[in-house]
Amino acid sequence: MTEKREIRIKVPLLARVEGEGALDLVISNNRIETLNLRIFEPPRLFEKLLEGREYQEVPDIVARICGICPVAYQMSAVNALEQIFNVQPDPWVHAMRRVFYCGEWIQSHALHIHLLAAPDFLGFNSAPEMAGAYPDEVRRGLKLQSLGNDLIRLFGARSVHPVGARVGGFYRAPDQARVAELVSDLERALPDAAALISWVASLDLADEQQNFCSVSLRHDAEYPIMQSRLMSDHGLDLAIEDYEQKFTEFQVPHSTALHSSLDDRPYLVGPLARLNLNHELLPEATLSILRSTAIRFPSKNMFHSIVARAVEIHFAMLEAIRLLQHYSLPEAPYRDVKPRAGIGYGCTEAPRGLLWHKYETDSNGRIISARIVPPTSQNQARIEQDIAASLQNAGLDQAEAVLRLRAETVIRNYDPCISCATHFLRLKIDRH
Amino acid sequence: MSATKAKVAVHKFSSCDGCQLAFLNMGEDLLALFDQVDIIHFAEAGPLNREASVDISFVEGSLSTPEDIHRIKKIREKSRYVTTIGACATAGGLQALRNVAQQDDWIQSVYATPQYISSLDQVMPIHEQIAVDFELRGCPVNTRQITAVLRSLLNGVTPVNEQDKVCMECKRQHEVCAMVARGLPCMGPVTRAGCGALCPGVGRDCYGCYGSAENANTASLGGRFHLLRLNQNQVRHRFVSFNGADPVFASAGSMGTGKND
Repeated sequence: MTEKREIRIKVPLLARVEGEGALDLVISNNRIETLNLRIFEPPRLFEKLLEGREYQEVPDIVARICGICPVAYQMSAVNALEQIFNVQPDPWVHAMRRVFYCGEWIQSHALHIHLLAAPDFLGFNSAPEMAGAYPDEVRRGLKLQSLGNDLIRLFGARSVHPVGARVGGFYRAPDQARVAELVSDLERALPDAAALISWVASLDLADEQQNFCSVSLRHDAEYPIMQSRLMSDHGLDLAIEDYEQKFTEFQVPHSTALHSSLDDRPYLVGPLARLNLNHELLPEATLSILRSTAIRFPSKNMFHSIVARAVEIHFAMLEAIRLLQHYSLPEAPYRDVKPRAGIGYGCTEAPRGLLWHKYETDSNGRIISARIVPPTSQNQARIEQDIAASLQNAGLDQAEAVLRLRAETVIRNYDPCISCATHFLRLKIDRH
Repeated sequence: MSATKAKVAVHKFSSCDGCQLAFLNMGEDLLALFDQVDIIHFAEAGPLNREASVDISFVEGSLSTPEDIHRIKKIREKSRYVTTIGACATAGGLQALRNVAQQDDWIQSVYATPQYISSLDQVMPIHEQIAVDFELRGCPVNTRQITAVLRSLLNGVTPVNEQDKVCMECKRQHEVCAMVARGLPCMGPVTRAGCGALCPGVGRDCYGCYGSAENANTASLGGRFHLLRLNQNQVRHRFVSFNGADPVFASAGSMGTGKND
């Protein structure tokens, strides 16, 4: 063939993602020449503005990195600070933090499935538009999302930037009547969560196998949410304290978010990675629903991420019920903390994947330095790799509109959180 | 209501996206909202049309790049009413703290490849660049605030401007006073109401995320904080945090002591 075909696809503003990003794609003679997931959301310099702050302020400040996953930021931070101060939160606090975190998984995953991702697979531009043809499914999704918000509110008084978490535990324990009410709400909604798994598993998801490395936390006895060790399906087994030995962050020209690599290669974090590495730790009730579908984990099909999210919603609801069922008021909702100088690490599974924090404090507990690695910057290189592979699979000779939608679908499939990714401290002062 | 639906846009600048969630977390009411008004532009929810003329624009986030200034001016031209939502849009947000920090130090300590990124030297709230019709405070704003403003504008009346202090909401809820009873450095006496006094409700002191209330006596409160044994730095941080460019809090913070005696 001698005829030269050049396609330039520019998506100046990606719809249905959190934060602002764009895509630049140039295909020349059936070859991808340029492929940039361009993140232009301005950096907000959080690590720097934490310096000099008191440790008590940290959970409230880091929450502001992301409106959709503030609980994840708060939990990674309190875990790191408690490590420095050598405080072990008691079992009540540990259990209730897990419930608090389950609320965020439910809220964030339900929002992503229904408002951000599903319209792609069903041919709509937005969830309200999709609600015309799928009213029950959309309403069911919004109800589940609200239930997640209720769980966050139980501990945090509001679901965006909740105010209940502190180093050592919670400011106040929720009262028993409210807990009982929520447990029965969750129980009533379980069939909805089960139906959601079947529904997303029946969507027309492209059958596309790719090679990638899944990374998540791993715990012997429970599906991972907080702390423990880092694992991959390529043999990684690492203490969270040693994260910096294996994972590196680097800057690329087209993004205000840093890229990340593991042993110099892209890797995946998030619900699909978690499920790939931990599916056998799910409760039997969740596994049996999954078995009734055609989808199996571990999976090398990135589009199974939406199924992984639905599975984690069902799990998170069961987990919250399990931990709240025999709820009783604790003697104290938090442990007193004596600050001291040191370095501490916190790593938890945000809805979108690993969220790693490192803090150094002085003897009064003031922050000397902070480093935060959010999930979306870790996934960035993998997203670009995936778009390239997925477009090749679809065929680069396809019409521009088809390629564009495919690329956007791939990006949204990761639920990228661009606000999170651009918390970082790279800044150029451009004085005009 | 008129026969044609009101056109509404939701725009985002530098922010955490949390104030847009006051829409997206409405639950099933979100569908009713899309039914009652025409959502023309709301990138996170799907509709994309940045350039269209609308009746009401809600704006989240603060201005921090040269491109932002160009874009907000366009939004002003195309909107009948502009309402800012939240601490970033109304008072700069946390990121406005960099306005008062030692910027050059920050840059030198962290910078790998500066030429890739452009940014203004000051983070600005929206009203510094355009006329804003109504400002909603809070980090984050909540659904109740947003629907109240939307309802008022749709009915052609001026939205109620909440200026009371958190103390008023707190008393109405019969919370025990965090400062008087427990000696906590509560920001309630100078902070704008609207959240529902959530922090005293969970047994902690208000940390000022809704910004300054009317006639806020920050000097007196700062003095009180010193009596509660807060050092100068701690007093400054109480005032200068989530609303980095709130002029009342900023001046209370920059006085350092806030003492009036």
